[in-house]
Amino acid sequence: MKVLMRGNEAMAEAAIRAGCRTYFGYPITPQNEILEYMAAHLPAVGGACVQAESEVAAINMCYGAAAAGVRTLTSSSSPGISLKMEGISYLAGARLPVVIINVMRAGPGLGNIAPAQGDYFQATKGGGHGDYRLIVLAPSTVQEAAELVMLAFELADRYRVPAMILADGMLGQMMEPVELPPPIPPERIPPKPWALTGAKGRPPNVVSSFDLDPHRFREILRGLWDVYRQIQRDEVRWEEYQTEDAELVLVAYGTMGRICRTVVRRARREGLRVGLFRPITLWPFPSEPLRRLSARVPVFLTVELSAGQMWEDVRLSVDGRAQTPFYGELGGVVPTPEEILNEVKKYVRG
Amino acid sequence: MSVVETKVPAGFVPVYTRPKALSDKRFTYCPGCDHGIITRLVAEAIDELGIQERTVGVAPVGCAVFLYEFFRCDFAQAAHGRACAVATGIKRANPELIVFTYQGDGDLAAIGTAETVHAANRGENITVIFVNNQIYGMTGGQMAPTTLPGMRTTTTPEGRDLRSTGYPLKISEMLAQLDGPAYITRQAVFDVRHVQMARKAILRAFRNQLEGKGFSLVEIVASCPTNLRIPPAEGVRWVKEQALKYFPLGDLKVRE
Repeated sequence: MKVLMRGNEAMAEAAIRAGCRTYFGYPITPQNEILEYMAAHLPAVGGACVQAESEVAAINMCYGAAAAGVRTLTSSSSPGISLKMEGISYLAGARLPVVIINVMRAGPGLGNIAPAQGDYFQATKGGGHGDYRLIVLAPSTVQEAAELVMLAFELADRYRVPAMILADGMLGQMMEPVELPPPIPPERIPPKPWALTGAKGRPPNVVSSFDLDPHRFREILRGLWDVYRQIQRDEVRWEEYQTEDAELVLVAYGTMGRICRTVVRRARREGLRVGLFRPITLWPFPSEPLRRLSARVPVFLTVELSAGQMWEDVRLSVDGRAQTPFYGELGGVVPTPEEILNEVKKYVRG
Repeated sequence: MSVVETKVPAGFVPVYTRPKALSDKRFTYCPGCDHGIITRLVAEAIDELGIQERTVGVAPVGCAVFLYEFFRCDFAQAAHGRACAVATGIKRANPELIVFTYQGDGDLAAIGTAETVHAANRGENITVIFVNNQIYGMTGGQMAPTTLPGMRTTTTPEGRDLRSTGYPLKISEMLAQLDGPAYITRQAVFDVRHVQMARKAILRAFRNQLEGKGFSLVEIVASCPTNLRIPPAEGVRWVKEQALKYFPLGDLKVRE
């Protein structure tokens, strides 16, 4: 049965259905509905929702709850995610499977509350200090947002790597019919023998990111990067739309990916052979499928709500085999399909 | 490094043994440091209440950063200042656990002020052990929020100047003004009588949690002879004659 839901609420409900039983957050627009939804619905399923004193406190509460072995979520928007970065680095170091939702707004600084994609570097290249990565999932519809939240909990638990949903203000605020995935039965959530549950009948467990010995710490990080490489091998997700005969492929994610799908349909009506490549995992980035496509597509036009961040990964993947122009908007301005189509027409003719 | 076990000769009864809650790891604290006594008192309280198998500790950043190696119970190592937030997360995720933090003055009263105040104000049902030695020990003796007026540190080479660095922060007095906390007390460990009083206070702070009374904090006024560059015996005198002038001992809040 489909229900009409706002993106933020659909993501919150999906988290509860994924077995999330603790949520810690701090108000910031445009994602307040997640905190409000959790405050209203988590206690009813025996969970705990705490409105923290700051994003810094919230992410550290997540650290504690995840260490205790319970599925946990936090959400925020760009400036708040910056505050969480210290804690996210600790989560990565301590191997804690927390899910973080970033409903991006325009920055830098206080910026504004309009949709933007300026946090791509922060999400995919580390963001906090040290050598780590997050699993980063980018939904482009409310339906996909709900599904990717469920997937984020599953992947975070499977690999003991924190996972981020990189959404934006458009997706958080829009309402769409959504078919909510069924709740995960508690017995399907994997056991966590490493969790802090009290050292009864076993040696004590320690959750820590600390090791003073460089050689020992190097081995820990090598193990972590083995996990990252496994994720890069097994968890890459993307969508291709009308790329088979394309002379130009738009590369876009999230809300921009959705708008570019409209651009493809309009271009096709005008006889222009345009396709769309939409990364769903931003980390791991779908480099290999994009590289394969670059053997036969002459132009990849990257479109982002930023000055060009994912663009760098596109260029690294295409590696000079095709043209890689960029079109972007800044400050929370969302380009129309017409504006993008005009840009497309600089490179392809019907 | 492990501690050599001493065989008890026949006919003798041991009256002073290592608490069961402690591992056989040797403490990494400096000679003359009060942390050793305080860490042991926490372990004694865990033993006495029989809660080792359901206790989770939260280690700070600072001189007690290796605390998880000293205890035989589950532990989380927290980012600097965030121990009360981490403890909140653990306790909310699993209220059956007994959760304590162990923090220094820089961790709890400078970088972690917000986390401490709000955990106290929410009345989180956790136990906080706060070691106030008026200095940043691990990083080599910089000014702490609790550094005494005129006290020389590596960042107050001419002594703490109140005009430019403010006053020693009395965080326990601040917390005692709130409605949230159940128990705020200040203790010391410079002689046997005070060690026994501190022991009782720590025990009470854990018992409060078992009884669901809410946030309990035991501040212990301590000395750091290493960074004060004084012998341990003078450290004892330092606490009695200097530190207690600004940090008087006693219960600041007790909610029955």
